Amino acid sequence: MRPVEAEAVDEGRASLPAPSPASARRKRRFRGGSVLPGFGLSLGFTLLYLGLMVLIPLSTVFLKTATMTWSSFWETVTGPRALAAYRLSLGAAFAAASINLVFGLLVAWVLERYRFLGRRLVDALVDLPFALPTAVAGISLATLYAKNGWIGRWLDPLGVEVAYTRLGVVVALTFIGLPFVVRTVQPVLADLDPEVEEAAASLGAGRWQTFRRVIFPELLPAALTGFVLAFARALGEYGSVIFIAGNMPMKSEITPLLIMIKLEQFDYAGATAIALVFLVVAFGLLLLINFLAWRRGNRLRGGA
Amino acid sequence: MAGVVTNLARARSGTRRGALSEPRWVRWLLLGIALAFLGFFLFVPLALVFAKALADGFAAYVAAIEEPVALAAVRLTLLTAAIAVPVNLLFGLAAAWAITKFRFPGKNVLVTLIDLPFSVSPVISGMIFVLLFGAHGFFGPWLAAHDVKIIFAVPGIVLATMFVTSPMVARELIPLMQSQGNDQEEAALTLGASGLQTFFRVSLPKIRWGLLYGVVLCNARAMGEFGAVSVVSGHIRGATNTMPLHIEILYNEYQFSAAFAVASLLALLALATLAIKSVIEWRTAR
Repeated sequence: MRPVEAEAVDEGRASLPAPSPASARRKRRFRGGSVLPGFGLSLGFTLLYLGLMVLIPLSTVFLKTATMTWSSFWETVTGPRALAAYRLSLGAAFAAASINLVFGLLVAWVLERYRFLGRRLVDALVDLPFALPTAVAGISLATLYAKNGWIGRWLDPLGVEVAYTRLGVVVALTFIGLPFVVRTVQPVLADLDPEVEEAAASLGAGRWQTFRRVIFPELLPAALTGFVLAFARALGEYGSVIFIAGNMPMKSEITPLLIMIKLEQFDYAGATAIALVFLVVAFGLLLLINFLAWRRGNRLRGGA
Repeated sequence: MAGVVTNLARARSGTRRGALSEPRWVRWLLLGIALAFLGFFLFVPLALVFAKALADGFAAYVAAIEEPVALAAVRLTLLTAAIAVPVNLLFGLAAAWAITKFRFPGKNVLVTLIDLPFSVSPVISGMIFVLLFGAHGFFGPWLAAHDVKIIFAVPGIVLATMFVTSPMVARELIPLMQSQGNDQEEAALTLGASGLQTFFRVSLPKIRWGLLYGVVLCNARAMGEFGAVSVVSGHIRGATNTMPLHIEILYNEYQFSAAFAVASLLALLALATLAIKSVIEWRTAR
C-alpha cells in the first residue's frame, strides 16, 4: 500500500528528516494511531530475520527446480517410487489424523467433563508429542510394537504386524498428531454454555440426542481444524517414522525418506523436485488451516 | 470473569445427574477407552524409554552417558540450543511487538509467513541449507574458496535448528499480547516513561509466563530436532552428532540400552518442559 509502508519499514522514525504534518498524519493513520515506540525496529528486524532465515532458504527449492527441464522434473515427480511414497505419506497421514479425530474428541471430552484421579497428570501428558524429540518417540514405538516388544508380542499371535510395516507408519504418525484435536476441542468444550444442554434436556432430549444434535455440531469446526493440523504435521514427519517403518522402496518408504535418500545419493535435483511437490501440498494445507481458523473466528465474533 | 462464571455454572450442573450426564457405565466406558488409547500411544512408550535405559543396570546407564562420544553429542546439543533459542527469543519478541502493537497492511501474510517453518517437512528444512551452502549449492564454490564449512559442520546444524524453531516464541506471544491490549503501555508513556522503560517495566512483566513457556518449548524442539539436523550434519562422531543423531547411531548398532540411556535424558527434558508448562498454566489461571 502506497510508499508509506516502505518508508516506515526501512527507516523507522529516527532517521527521517523532520516530517511534514501531512506525512506525519498519514503515518499515524498507517500505524493505527498507536503511540507506542519501536515500530520500525521491531518490524524491520522481523522482516530481516524472516527473509534471511526462512524466505531466502525456502526459495532455493523453487530456484533449484527451475534449473531442471520440464520433462525431467515430471519424470522425477511421477516416477513409480515417488508415487508410491506420496500414496503412503498421504494415506498414513490421513489414517492417523482420522484416528486422532475420533480419539481426540473422546480424550477431550473425558478430560473436560469427568473428574478422576490423575486427571491433571493425564492432561499435562497429552502434550508429550510436542515436547518429546521425534527420534526418542521413534525408537520407543519401534521397540514397543516389534514382534518381541511389550505390545507387539500380544499382537503377533493375532496376526497383526505393526513394526516395519505400513501399520507402523500409522502408529508413529498417530503419536505425533495426538495433541492437536484434543487441544483444539478442549477450550470449545470448556466454553460451551451449560444452559444449552439444560435447555435440550428440558425439551425432552436424551443424553445421546443432546450430544449428537447440540454439543457435537459445536465441536465439529474445532475438531476439523485439529484434524487438518494433525494431518499437516504427519505429512512431513520423518524422525519417528523411519525407525518403525520398514523403509522398503515402493512399500513402506515415506516421501521425506525418499527425499533424504536422494540427498544422500547427491541427486539434489531429484530431491528438490519431490520436495517442491511436497511444499506445495504443505502450503495448500496451511492456507486451509488459516481459512478454517478465519471462519471459526468469524463465527465466534458473529455469535457474540 | 466470564471464565469464572461458566466454571461455577458447570460445577453446579455437574452435581446434577440424569439428563445432563451420561449413565455411570457410559462414563466408565468412555474413560476406559480414552485411557487405553493414551496408554498404548503415550504412557507405555514413555515408560519403555526409562525401562530400557535401565535394562542393563544403573552402572551401564551411567557408562553410556559418560562415554566421550555421548558427552560430545550432549555438548553440541547444548551449544546449538544456546545459540538458536536466544536468537529466536529476540525474533519472537520483535515479531509479536510489531504485529500486536501496530496496524499495517499485510499483517496476516506476515503471521502466516512466521508459521511457515511449521508446515515444512524437517527433511526439507535441512535440504534448503544444503542447497544454499552445500558443495554444489548456490554459495558452495565461494565458501569452499574461502575455506568456510557450513554443511556437515556445526554452523549448518545451528542454522537448520534456528529455521525449525523460529516460530516457537512468536507463536506463544502473539495471541497473548493480542488479548492484553495496549492500554497499560499507553498509560506508562503518558506518565513520562521512555520507550525502553515501558517495555521492560510494563510489557515484559505482563508477558513473562507466556514468554517463559515459548522459550522452554523452543528449547525442547531445538534440542530434539532430528530430521533437519540429520540432513546437514554428516554424522561425524564426536564432532557433528547431536543427541538425537547419537541415539540413531546407537540404535542402528543394536546398542539398545545405550540408545535408550541417551534418549532418557531427552525424555526427562520433555517431562521437565511439560511440568513447567503446567506450573505456568496453574499460575496464570489463579
